[in-house]
Amino acid sequence: MKEEIFVSGRNIPDIDPFLNIWHWQIPIYLYLGGVAAGILFFAGLFTLLGKEKEMPATMKWAPIIAPIILVLGLFFLFLDLKHKLYFWQLYTTMRFESPMSWGAWVLMAITPLSMVWVGSYMKEMFPWWDWKFKVLNLFESWAIKNRSNIAWVMVVLAVILGIYTGILLSAFNARPLWNNSILGPLFLVSGMSTGAAVILLVSKSHYERTLMSRIDLLLIVIELFFIFHMIMGFRAGSAVQIAAASLFVGGPFTITFWVFVVLLGLLFPALLETLELRGFKVPVIIPAILILFGGLMFRFIMVEAGQITRYLY
Amino acid sequence: MSSRRDFIKISALGFGATAVLASVAKFGVGSPIEEMLGLSSENLPSFRRFPTYCEVCFWKCAGWAYVTETGNIQKIIGNPDDPQCNGRLCPRGTGGVGMYNDKDRLKKPLIRFTNNGEQTYREASWDEALEFVSNKMKEIASKYGPESMALFNHGSSGHYFTHLLNAYGSGNITAPSYAQCRGPREAGFEATFGDAVGSPEATDIRDARCLVLIGSHIGENMHNGQIQEMSDAIDKGAVIITVDPRLSTAASKSKYWLPIKPATDIALLMSWIHVLIYENLYNKDYVEKYAEGFNELKEHVKNMTPEWAYGVTTIEPDIIRATAREMADAAPSALVHPGRHVTWYGDDVQRSRAIAILNALLGSWGQRGGFFFKEGFKLPEYPHPPYPSPNWSWKETMNGQFPLAKMSVTNTIIDASIPEKGKEHIIRGWIVSGTNLPIAMPLKAQLMRALQALELIVVVDTMPMEITGFADVVLPECTYLERYDDLRDSPHREPSIALRMPAVEPSYETKPAWWIAKQIGEKLGLSAYFDYKDYKDVLDWQLKQVGSSLEEMQRIGVKRLKRTKGPLYIPEGEVHKFNTPSGKIQLHSKELADAGFDAIPVYTPHPEPPEGFYRLIYGRAPMHTFSRTANNPNLVALMPENSVWVNPTIAKQWGLKSDQKVWLKNQDGVISTFSIKVRITERIRWDSVYMVHGFGHHYKPLKNAYGRGVNDTEMITNVMVDPIMGGTGMRGNFITFIKEDPRKEMQS
Amino acid sequence: MRYAMAIDTRKCVGCSDCVVACQTENDVPIGFCRDWVTETVDGSYPNVVIELRSERCNHCDYSPCVRCCPTGASHIEDGGIVLVTKSKCIGCGACIQSCPYEARYSHPDGYVDKCTFCIHRVRKGEKPACVAVCPTKCMYFGDLDDENSEVSTILKNRKFKALAPEAGTQPHIYYLV
Ligand SMILES: Nc1nc2c(c(=O)[nH]1)N[C@H]1C(S)=C(S)[C@@H](COP(=O)(O)OP(=O)(O)OC[C@H]3O[C@@H](n4cnc5c(=O)[nH]c(N)nc54)[C@H](O)[C@@H]3O)O[C@H]1N2
Ligand SMILES: Nc1nc2c(c(=O)[nH]1)N[C@H]1C(S)=C(S)[C@@H](COP(=O)(O)OP(=O)(O)OC[C@H]3O[C@@H](n4cnc5c(=O)[nH]c(N)nc54)[C@H](O)[C@@H]3O)O[C@H]1N2
Ligand code: SF4
Ligand code: SF4
Ligand code: SF4
Ligand code: SF4
Ligand code: SF4
Ligand SMILES: [Mo]
Repeated sequence: MKEEIFVSGRNIPDIDPFLNIWHWQIPIYLYLGGVAAGILFFAGLFTLLGKEKEMPATMKWAPIIAPIILVLGLFFLFLDLKHKLYFWQLYTTMRFESPMSWGAWVLMAITPLSMVWVGSYMKEMFPWWDWKFKVLNLFESWAIKNRSNIAWVMVVLAVILGIYTGILLSAFNARPLWNNSILGPLFLVSGMSTGAAVILLVSKSHYERTLMSRIDLLLIVIELFFIFHMIMGFRAGSAVQIAAASLFVGGPFTITFWVFVVLLGLLFPALLETLELRGFKVPVIIPAILILFGGLMFRFIMVEAGQITRYLY
Repeated sequence: MSSRRDFIKISALGFGATAVLASVAKFGVGSPIEEMLGLSSENLPSFRRFPTYCEVCFWKCAGWAYVTETGNIQKIIGNPDDPQCNGRLCPRGTGGVGMYNDKDRLKKPLIRFTNNGEQTYREASWDEALEFVSNKMKEIASKYGPESMALFNHGSSGHYFTHLLNAYGSGNITAPSYAQCRGPREAGFEATFGDAVGSPEATDIRDARCLVLIGSHIGENMHNGQIQEMSDAIDKGAVIITVDPRLSTAASKSKYWLPIKPATDIALLMSWIHVLIYENLYNKDYVEKYAEGFNELKEHVKNMTPEWAYGVTTIEPDIIRATAREMADAAPSALVHPGRHVTWYGDDVQRSRAIAILNALLGSWGQRGGFFFKEGFKLPEYPHPPYPSPNWSWKETMNGQFPLAKMSVTNTIIDASIPEKGKEHIIRGWIVSGTNLPIAMPLKAQLMRALQALELIVVVDTMPMEITGFADVVLPECTYLERYDDLRDSPHREPSIALRMPAVEPSYETKPAWWIAKQIGEKLGLSAYFDYKDYKDVLDWQLKQVGSSLEEMQRIGVKRLKRTKGPLYIPEGEVHKFNTPSGKIQLHSKELADAGFDAIPVYTPHPEPPEGFYRLIYGRAPMHTFSRTANNPNLVALMPENSVWVNPTIAKQWGLKSDQKVWLKNQDGVISTFSIKVRITERIRWDSVYMVHGFGHHYKPLKNAYGRGVNDTEMITNVMVDPIMGGTGMRGNFITFIKEDPRKEMQS
Repeated sequence: MRYAMAIDTRKCVGCSDCVVACQTENDVPIGFCRDWVTETVDGSYPNVVIELRSERCNHCDYSPCVRCCPTGASHIEDGGIVLVTKSKCIGCGACIQSCPYEARYSHPDGYVDKCTFCIHRVRKGEKPACVAVCPTKCMYFGDLDDENSEVSTILKNRKFKALAPEAGTQPHIYYLV
């Protein structure tokens, strides 16, 4: 029998016996970042594709929540910091090797940008709206004029943000479950899919809904493909990676992962969306909410399970 | 051996990467190091340091207590000039700050009183508490004579109360460090070499070429000098042979681990003796020159062959021979360690004798790498009137039992404290200082009867330990970090003295033991014996007699002195006279024979555990000292509780899981008060279980210690008393597991 | 200069003195630790071997904790010592996640703390507290660049290993086996 024990010294809260230094705040932060990235990506993309008229929810209504959830996400990140009063230190330096630093700066850029975006549509959405200050009115007209330039920047930043939500985890070599190159694209795709779900929820236009459903379906297929690959990759990997994958295959996360994330969060909504595209009457709210819920679960599971995985020596 | 290239590769990689990363790291950083430590040069803590010697065990390592400007004791560091510790304290000594910082310490004198039929304590002033004690002592002296007071002590405080009782007229002074600890060893070695081993042991471990450990678990038994020297011996490539039913830490460092069946050591020792003699491997010059009774010994061990021993001990004959040869190869630098806690099976003097005889055959006594001749520094005694001579003393309480006991036996004093018809010498009052009897003493029933019957129990302690719960008066002593004490003058390779002085003022209303003894003495009208204001005066007087001073010692802490009483080892060409009646080593002991015991050790089988039961063996953990440290916050953080070690095969039979909590039941049906976690480990035999002594405290005021693990003493109800000197053999107890909470069962 | 530590598992008895000494030297709050001791038991009775190891931050060359730190609080000092600047640390925990040895902890005051190789002592020419206290003298500390330092010498003469080299961090605590 092989026995490995701590003789002394290890019973540190949140570290022993399993690392649990990141609690609920981080998965929510990543989730909200992903949703916002998805929304802003589509808003920017369809602007560049010249579909402003056909896609009112994508352009105007869904983006309203983007700055709100971005700020909320940052707030949750803030909540998770243990040395809160030093928060501003994030913005005294730029650390290219640190995804956390990256994320902080990207959020710093995309959050105001998303506000500008929403601002530029305020009068269209709410005709009674008045900026009160002259500068703001001038700024608005500048933004409206430069909308397609802003869209460009926003698409790029949204992709970075989406990837960042995955890379924040995958950059940790020490956590075998996180440490794989698929996590970035996977979180990006998942973020976009949840973004699309939000658009589906607010959209009233049939055209827009059908288009977004199609896109979403495609994203789900890609996501499933990535997940499948990730797990196969682990199983073909080193001992620690095999151990990591086993958390999902027979391990403590098996049911939550396969039932809540894969079945209810991906397969079932995909089925419903397919049915709808085939003309069956499915209330759009159901697949959209399932997707949003599945995405959230996915992040919770990944953050929690990933912390359990470690190098064995 | 690794090749040099590997190493260079690693370090070479190191530089490049460091250079690159350092530049990356500097980008936007530029942090002054002081800032990162939160200690810019101005606010680097500045310390004052005070000399002390450690009281967490009885090795008494000297060190410095570092005190911050705000009066906190930050750390205690070994004194590099101290030959006992060489500047390195053990974990318990390093964690000694916890003794001072412990929030549960005794804070004020307490007096027992009855409130609505319920006994409790009330806080009292020192004057009232001391008045109470001295009045009671006066009463006992006038009713029964002063001989009826006894002292149980362990540690520094013992001396002051010994002095007090001697002045008062009693010689009943006792400590668990004899009959529960090293008594059998001292008796066995005295009967053989004419000298006891004593503490600290005069074992020349650092120069041993072969070190044999019989149970002695150095490394867990953290007696500092020994562990340091064992490490030196490992560095020098010494062959270590460890005999232990458990893979002790020392066993894991040994070339030979002999996983002996418990209670059979005498058979192994005798077969080693057989091999040495019959293979002609023993140290002939030495034996011829110094030993008596060789022929009797040779005859005696004739049939005690390795093959015979194999059947008893389960150690293979080849291994027995190979290890005997290793010893012979290294002789006389072959040290068969005498052990320290040796009260195991009731025939412990004889086992110690066998160890002594083995050492004699190797010729290790008085030789480099064996036993050296230690020397201490004799400080003059502070003048006082002569003590009255008591009419009877501990010797008389033994009624002719235990003829080889050269020190008082706790158990007979306890027995003498139970008033029974026909008993001539009865003890009526106890002072207990620095020993936690309910956990240290087996024979619980006897102890309880005594505690019920006594007319006065005074407990002097720093902590609210189990024993304080039986006291009529509890007197809180300050910790060793807050007081002066006697100079340490323990003998070793070279004489040395060490000072203990307060690093801080006593916390709460605690007082040093010398002060307590002096106050009681004065109230008893014995002021002439306490003719000083402060103990400083005594120390300064003593030091000035020998050409030093308190002031000098406060500065240096430890003073090393030259040997004056001859060399460390028997010089070549010289004939040594042993302290025995004949001046020779007693391979065959006339003294024992005359007293009616075996003159040469004989192996007798001991009972084995019944089906479903396992022998309970116990030992030390390096980060604790018995119950002494059980509540120490720093050390509790290292090891909060003990566990019961169970072999995987047994665990499987019982369906036990790692860390599962179980209750223990012994052969007499005694069930442990608390549960204990199971440690499933290959380090223990299938017929035994192991646990660390000193846990399972049931006294609630010990907040860090209460209910943590199981108290082995509670499980030790079969005590095999050594007829030769009264040692309490404690390893003949068998336990089984209870998986459900037995109290729940009893309730339903 | 490249500081490193070599620890002799053949002499270590697992006494944990290194853990308390660090605690009192560096004011590590009770319940937390910068170093700790592990025991590995292998085999079956009576053919059993054990290895005792005093572990702490490995002061890695490729230190992921430094790379992932968003504020630069985690950084490398001269001699390769990896440190955390309290006043720059926001307590985001990224460095804790990044360390394959779980050598960092979140101090109750909010910042992240870890072994400093006792740089405050080393700068004064003293040994780290854990090294200085170890009763078996099984820990060696010094400069790998100095061929004659204690660590260099012992590593030249003994077989050694580092922990989880496959994590790719280039650790600098060596275990003599
Ligand atoms: N079951 C079992 N029983 C054993 C042993 C065993 O291994 N198993 N070991 C035996 C051995 S070898 C020995 S030596 C004995 C030891 O037995 P004890 O001498 O009883 O052991 P300690 O736990 O050191 O006792 C310490 C007591 O002294 C108090 N104390 C600590 N510091 C001070 C101080 O500065 N002043 C005063 N006044 N009190 C202080 C503590 O609070 C505690 O109450 O136990 C023996 N009994
Ligand atoms: N850390 C620490 N160190 C201490 C102390 C402490 O409290 N804490 N106390 C000090 C004191 S006062 C003493 S007396 C010493 C005691 O220390 P030692 O003299 O070393 O005590 P032992 O009882 O010999 O050691 C227990 C060992 O004996 C083994 N053993 C059990 N049964 C048998 C058997 O039948 N045969 C053989 N060969 N081995 C057996 C156990 O497995 C265990 O490894 O420690 C001293 N050092
Ligand atoms: S061996 Fe440890 S506990 Fe005992 S006196 Fe020395 S430092 Fe103190
Ligand atoms: S102090 Fe030394 S012997 Fe004790 S655990 Fe630490 S490294 Fe090992
Ligand atoms: S051991 Fe961990 S904390 Fe230390 S340098 Fe390496 S990665 Fe960083
Ligand atoms: S917790 Fe502090 S040191 Fe660690 S990565 Fe975050 S800011 Fe850097
Ligand atoms: S080097 Fe200093 S900080 Fe690091 S573990 Fe040792 S004592 Fe603690
Ligand atoms: Mo003892």
